[in-house]
Amino acid sequence: MGPQHPSTHGVLRLVLELDGETIVGAEPTIGFLHTGIEKTSEQKKWQQVIPLVERMDYLGAQSNSLSFCLSAEKLLGLEMPDRVTYIRVLIAELQRLNSHLVWLATHAMEIGAISVMMYAFREREQLLNLNEMIAGFRLFPSYIRIGGLREDLPRDYKKAVKELLDKMPAAIDNYELMLTKNQVWTKRTKGVAVLSKEMTLALGLVGPMARAVGINYDVRRMWPYLKYETFDFVVPTRTAGDVFARYQVKVEEMRQSVRICQQALERISPAGVYDCGDYRVVPPPKDRVYTEMEALIQHFLIYSQGFTVPKGEAYVPVEGARGEHGFYIVSDGGNRPVRVKSRAPSFLACQALPHMIKGGLIADVIAAIGSTDVVMGDVDR
Amino acid sequence: METPVQIPFDAQVLDLVRERVFADAIEPTPAVDMPTAYVAREHLLAVCETLRDHPALQFSFLVEITAADYHPASPRFEIVYHFACLGEAFAQPSGAAVPRRLRLKVRVPDNDLGEQSLPWAHSLTPLWPAANWLEREVFDLFGVAFTGHPDLRRILTPDDWTGHPLRKDYPVQVRKDAASWSPMQLTVEEFAANVRATRAASAAAARSRADEPVPARTDKD
Repeated sequence: MGPQHPSTHGVLRLVLELDGETIVGAEPTIGFLHTGIEKTSEQKKWQQVIPLVERMDYLGAQSNSLSFCLSAEKLLGLEMPDRVTYIRVLIAELQRLNSHLVWLATHAMEIGAISVMMYAFREREQLLNLNEMIAGFRLFPSYIRIGGLREDLPRDYKKAVKELLDKMPAAIDNYELMLTKNQVWTKRTKGVAVLSKEMTLALGLVGPMARAVGINYDVRRMWPYLKYETFDFVVPTRTAGDVFARYQVKVEEMRQSVRICQQALERISPAGVYDCGDYRVVPPPKDRVYTEMEALIQHFLIYSQGFTVPKGEAYVPVEGARGEHGFYIVSDGGNRPVRVKSRAPSFLACQALPHMIKGGLIADVIAAIGSTDVVMGDVDR
Repeated sequence: METPVQIPFDAQVLDLVRERVFADAIEPTPAVDMPTAYVAREHLLAVCETLRDHPALQFSFLVEITAADYHPASPRFEIVYHFACLGEAFAQPSGAAVPRRLRLKVRVPDNDLGEQSLPWAHSLTPLWPAANWLEREVFDLFGVAFTGHPDLRRILTPDDWTGHPLRKDYPVQVRKDAASWSPMQLTVEEFAANVRATRAASAAAARSRADEPVPARTDKD
């Protein structure tokens, strides 16, 4: 099956061993999308790495850049002002919403509920418009930078976000109306691709996959970053561990993301800082660059030589759309990283596929792949 | 920029590992994000087993395995392991272990070659099935062999690739034709004949269209 099967989310190839329609053995083959991003990153200056890592997990682009920046800021010892933190929370949660919408749309379409795809992509389109507002780029905005944000939020951005957030709860109800009690949907998903609690953790699956078997682990709760401990939200869990439970967890997560976004939106002050103000890392504001010699020199140095990051290593996990995600980075004190390694949840989910589909039917493979929410850009990097 | 705080190593973890395995097996090192320690290569499996199975530790979540190449330093490679204990979310009995994170590093010299004439480290696959692909990735990109791995093959690059791309002495821009391919169902001659036939057919169709009368112009055009 694959690498060009429409339901394999990119270029995943599964070598299946069949007995009639029952799967006896499975062997995923990956690497078709290997582009050597980690090797390329070692040749780039620190700030040039951000657009590269955004292209790894292309559905959760800003969760990549967020975790990379958090790791780099850990090494630099930078503390962000509250306003930057809350804008980052807003961006991260909108990205989660975005990723979950694409997942819901494609997953439902693969199982045969094509209309859900139309509705989910309608809302996703508006999320992409929001990205376009902040950066002029819809998929990979590179808006989160080491030391803060690229620039301040554009005029009317908060209003546009608020309009979308007001619509979202009803939209999510609408998707659920089409799926949750739909007999075809429940028959295709309940009891399919079940993993036990022990096996899930032994395979390194965290995030929605783990919460669907009852492992109540969310990085935002257990190791809070970006002041998530001050936000009011629920970490949904189920215990069944099948495709349906993963669906329920993710839909509930979308509702919680909307709640977090609304809280973050209230906390972001209309005007204020958008970076940490340390001009060794972030370029000085444009009006100073045009009027002061020192600011101009600093601006030139940051964009020509780059800044240096103290020697050491760091790994700061964040809760991406697919589970714990983070960058292990090593610096030798220079202006280019020595090692950039993404902890890719999709890679481990791919590894777990044979454990889920063995003994099932060939039609269930599609449901299983969809429920793991693998992004091949994240698997192959 | 203030200097980041160095995180000290957990005394409880250190004592338990030293007591269970070997006093020299683990050696803490400063880090800014989480407790970090070097582990002697030969004691890795015993240390990890203690970390996973001791009721007060229960590091049952292998977060990731990766490596870094410090060429030309010696020892050249470091294999990096991240572990986490999820506390009440997973530990049994409930509340026996607190949630925490841990990084272990193993130094791998490149002058002590093992299987396949590559630097080697012990595999964690007997303890965590998740280690399987993670170690294959390190093998593929760094050329470190894991002894005791059940299925040590390349994973991201094609099976017939030469070299290990993430090594520092591997050039950045390499032009290489794909050598992995599947045989076509047709011979080259049959394929060429098919192409010729298609071209002839489309040329004939174009000629017949040229013979058709041109529709008369109307005022609306």
